[in-house]
Amino acid sequence: MSRASKLAGPVRLGLAPSRVTRWIILGVVAVVFAVPLLSLLEFSLRDGFTGSYTLSHWTGLFDPENARPYRQLFQAIGNSFVLAAVTVGIVLVLLLPTMLLVHMSFPKLRRVLEFICIIPITVPAIVLVVGLAPVYSVVVKIFGSGTWTLALAYGILVLPYAYRAIQSNLDGVPVVTLSEAARSLGAGWPTVVWRVLLPNLRRGVLAAAFITVAVVLGEFTLASLLNRRNLQTAILQISSSDPWISAILALIALAFAFVLLLIIGRLGAVGNRNQS
Amino acid sequence: MTDTQALRTAEWPTEPAASLAITPATVELDGVEKIYGAHRALDGISLKLEPGEFVALLGPSGCGKTTALRALAGLEAVDGGAIRIDGDDVSGLPTNKRDIGMVFQAYSLFPHMTVLENVEFGLRMRKVEKTERRARAQEALDLVGLGERGERYAHQLSGGQQQRVALARALVTRPRVLLLDEPLSALDAKVRVQLREQIRRIQTELGITTLFVTHDQEEALAVADRVAVMRDGRIEQIGTPEELYVTPATPFVADFVGLSNRVPGTLTSGTITAAGATFALLGAAQPDGPVLAYVRPEDVVLATSKTAEGRAATVVASSFLGSLRRTTVRLEDGTLLSVQHEVSVQPATGDTVKVGFRGNPVSATPAE
Repeated sequence: MSRASKLAGPVRLGLAPSRVTRWIILGVVAVVFAVPLLSLLEFSLRDGFTGSYTLSHWTGLFDPENARPYRQLFQAIGNSFVLAAVTVGIVLVLLLPTMLLVHMSFPKLRRVLEFICIIPITVPAIVLVVGLAPVYSVVVKIFGSGTWTLALAYGILVLPYAYRAIQSNLDGVPVVTLSEAARSLGAGWPTVVWRVLLPNLRRGVLAAAFITVAVVLGEFTLASLLNRRNLQTAILQISSSDPWISAILALIALAFAFVLLLIIGRLGAVGNRNQS
Repeated sequence: MTDTQALRTAEWPTEPAASLAITPATVELDGVEKIYGAHRALDGISLKLEPGEFVALLGPSGCGKTTALRALAGLEAVDGGAIRIDGDDVSGLPTNKRDIGMVFQAYSLFPHMTVLENVEFGLRMRKVEKTERRARAQEALDLVGLGERGERYAHQLSGGQQQRVALARALVTRPRVLLLDEPLSALDAKVRVQLREQIRRIQTELGITTLFVTHDQEEALAVADRVAVMRDGRIEQIGTPEELYVTPATPFVADFVGLSNRVPGTLTSGTITAAGATFALLGAAQPDGPVLAYVRPEDVVLATSKTAEGRAATVVASSFLGSLRRTTVRLEDGTLLSVQHEVSVQPATGDTVKVGFRGNPVSATPAE
């Protein structure tokens, strides 16, 4: 290789790890994540009596004959999806308009809103429950004890994640100028939000929705301590009688969350490409 | 093709399309006030734009010119006074009901829409039928020379092209008033000059009443029928570019519009004696005493011949500006003067020259 061709390549500035180092780091991280997941998969395929491998636990989960013993389990999964949907609704109906309003009309309150939205991540779940228990005694009186009411607490729990997802998008879009331009062209506020702002905030809003779903599907502490039934409490409950099913459900839930996070990552990449 | 080339080669219709026929309106700001806490951003400004007139609001940063335009657009609520379009008080109307077209300083095209969809947006808000909407949007794009770029997105256009699309978008709804909020300030110098000429040409063709906010005095003087110079929330002077330049009403206007030398002198009964010459005082009468006279560089005469009449001065610097040359000289008493003269006269730094004055009337402020 000539001297000239050596110099033609990109110059590394010292701090960036070499290609080999990067692969080693990636490999170690992959092993750390893969070993427990593969162990879980291996366990779910094991026959408890003979020690050989079988698909019976997986097929058994979807066998109509097992519908009765797994009834509560499927009910819990249904509960989790209802909770995810209502929590996404809370994010879209309460958090998003509040953030838009603060961003456009009350910019001095941005720091306050950010602080409020970050608080839930700093409060341990057990402390949240202690605070929420008396609140829920009132909530039950007003709204009843329906499954969906737990979403009111989840709406608080997901604030930090949803806020960051929306705010990062909001920072990259000239929301004020676009809304003023639309208004000068004759658009009322609902049209401004629906036709101009939301299409440009779609990436952040979708990311917030997906991360909300992922958080809600993985939530255990609040549901357990408030005596509610969701996917995670059901997994724990069933693990004492049927550990294979709980392993299978944990795998499915993780895979689902993984797919959601992949979609969020793709949204981010598409957004960055469009802006560039 | 660069933006500059596109502007140069674009075909501009000699007559505006029938779909863009606009009925020009009278616009009136009457004692408009806007107060932020203790700061009076607009201190009772009054301004009237005749139908089809192009008026520039000129002033330094923070003088309230953009606030005035935003108040007219309905983007800022006013604390006093009235805003009338064709005699109707629109002070209480929201922006979307005022029937205005506006081009912003920042690029404001909707990024998720194509150029054509952007231009169609205002017509869509007015529920114009699709075929007519598309035809009118296309004509508006043709008017700004971008008829071929309808399917592109904002990020595929240069800054100048984006502002031209924004202009087409603002005009396509046949608004009563066109508001331009420093639309050229983000562009490079050459595109800025060409685009301002195109804006003026389109404005003249359509005859739309236009308010143009800028901090660039050259820009304001070049395009406007009348210029309103603002300072601290008030209008200092309204007049044609020539009136502002030749007969500035206040020293601030004299200083802000064009270049001026501040020459120390003495005012006696309306006549200023400064740098060995006498000048009539422009504007309102002032008490006698020491003053600073504002003398334009082109009102100073420079001669390199040793036999020429005038006061001796030493050349400090000289700059070639294309069609003219500007030279700074120091008089024997230390006063610095900027002189504008022909390029054929080429004084060198350190040369001794003679300077005189044409004697045109000047503005003045009391010397401290």
